[in-house]
Amino acid sequence: MGGYARFVWPSIGLALGVLIWNVWAARRHHAQALVRARRALAMARSEES
Amino acid sequence: MSIGAFPAMRLILRRELRLYFRRPDQLLQPLVFFLIVTTLFPLALSPRLSLLRDMAPGVLWVAALLSSLLSLETLFKADAEDGTLEQLALSGQSLGVIVIAKTLAHWLVSGVALVAMSPLVATALAIPTDAFPVMFASLALGTLTLSWLGAIGAGLTVGLRRGSVLLSLIVLPLAMPLLIFGASATDRAIGGESPAGALYFLGALCVFTTSLAPVAAAAALRITLE
Amino acid sequence: MWTWFYRLASPPHVYRTAAALTPWFFAVAAVTIGYGLIDGLAFAPPDYQQGDAFRIIYVHAPSAWLSLFAYTTMAFAGAVALIWRIKVGYAVAAAAAPIGASFTLVALVTGSLWGRPMWGTYWAWDPRLTSELILLFLYFGVISLRQAFEDPARGDRAAALLGIVGVINVPIVHFSVYWWNSLHQGGTVMRLGKPEMATSMLWPLLAMLFGFMCFFGAVLCMRLRGEVLNRERQSTWVREAVKP
Repeated sequence: MGGYARFVWPSIGLALGVLIWNVWAARRHHAQALVRARRALAMARSEES
Repeated sequence: MSIGAFPAMRLILRRELRLYFRRPDQLLQPLVFFLIVTTLFPLALSPRLSLLRDMAPGVLWVAALLSSLLSLETLFKADAEDGTLEQLALSGQSLGVIVIAKTLAHWLVSGVALVAMSPLVATALAIPTDAFPVMFASLALGTLTLSWLGAIGAGLTVGLRRGSVLLSLIVLPLAMPLLIFGASATDRAIGGESPAGALYFLGALCVFTTSLAPVAAAAALRITLE
Repeated sequence: MWTWFYRLASPPHVYRTAAALTPWFFAVAAVTIGYGLIDGLAFAPPDYQQGDAFRIIYVHAPSAWLSLFAYTTMAFAGAVALIWRIKVGYAVAAAAAPIGASFTLVALVTGSLWGRPMWGTYWAWDPRLTSELILLFLYFGVISLRQAFEDPARGDRAAALLGIVGVINVPIVHFSVYWWNSLHQGGTVMRLGKPEMATSMLWPLLAMLFGFMCFFGAVLCMRLRGEVLNRERQSTWVREAVKP
């Protein structure tokens, strides 16, 4: 990298890291929403019965 | 009974001003804060006059921003809590009229007082008297613009318990162009250059916010009060 | 004629469409980002002035572009939601904000890592970096405002309004920062040399830009599903959809 490796690779690494973080955070976000929705459903059912 | 927009505005404005003068501490505290903040800088950096003169416009403007922000927090708060704002809104007057009257009252009290106070601070910071007119003009335009921006922020945070930090978080980024033009107008006046460019931009920002901010602030109040 | 539009924007439809779109966006993003990285890092020739340091552009420029694009998306979705009362707009705005903020951060850090070899310092008050920083503050304001309200519907509307105010403010900030910078320092010294880019350098950059956009689309769809679920928890279609 012509002497610039210590600037280029951290940049690429950070960018890839944030890409991965975004996927991870979005998956977790959706999973948590699902859990909450299921809990709401379960509570509604227990109230019905 | 309904009255026109302008008489209503005048009524609210008069009421606001009377309230401000009945509680002078509310008026004085931001001014004292302004004084104290400007005192911090020479103490923290250096009392050397040449250095102070270089920093003076920045110090003056940062202090003005912060102290104006301090008084903006209460812009709608008391009236929202005791229901006055709702009564005013129910009276059939548009929220925009109320916002304009209240914001103008805030500026007439805090902004004008800040401008009146500025020579004191400016002398302490070694700003030459030649630069005073430009400083007055930039502060007057700037504080009015800031009152408008602050009205939007105050409208958005009025119902919140911990609104004050959030208000700064919202308003300060919006106010950064103001800081740039205001400080550089004063800076150029001190340096003996023409401050016209920066002042024109300040004026443009002022006109721009005066025309759009009431709409935005009224919308914000509608969201938070309903 | 608006009915089809409202049906299109109905939460169950959005929930399903987002799920269907996600893998496609991811596939295209993976291919283009993979190609862009390999071609940009290994095969594009070094810049004649900046050597290999210019390769940071392959992640810096797409992040900076995405930071603005996500903000515009957020403000636009918020405006649509406020004006036409299309509730899905709030979900889109809420989903776009954290993604945009994260890419603003990438743009800032990679910009400063690029600045070190080029300017000799990690942080210069370069107009583009400064306005990017202010953009980050605007993101923080919108995100914290949404979270500050106990009633989520109210937080949604307040954040949407602030997003719109911010989007009007972005060009003003940009302009004022440029004006300010031209006063303080010789503008051209700091400017990154931007002559006509050779096509061998340009293709990977365009691929990265496109790839980041698709990636944004994919992550937005995923977050959007979560936001829609949170907002529609009590409705029958969610109950049908999440039945274990």
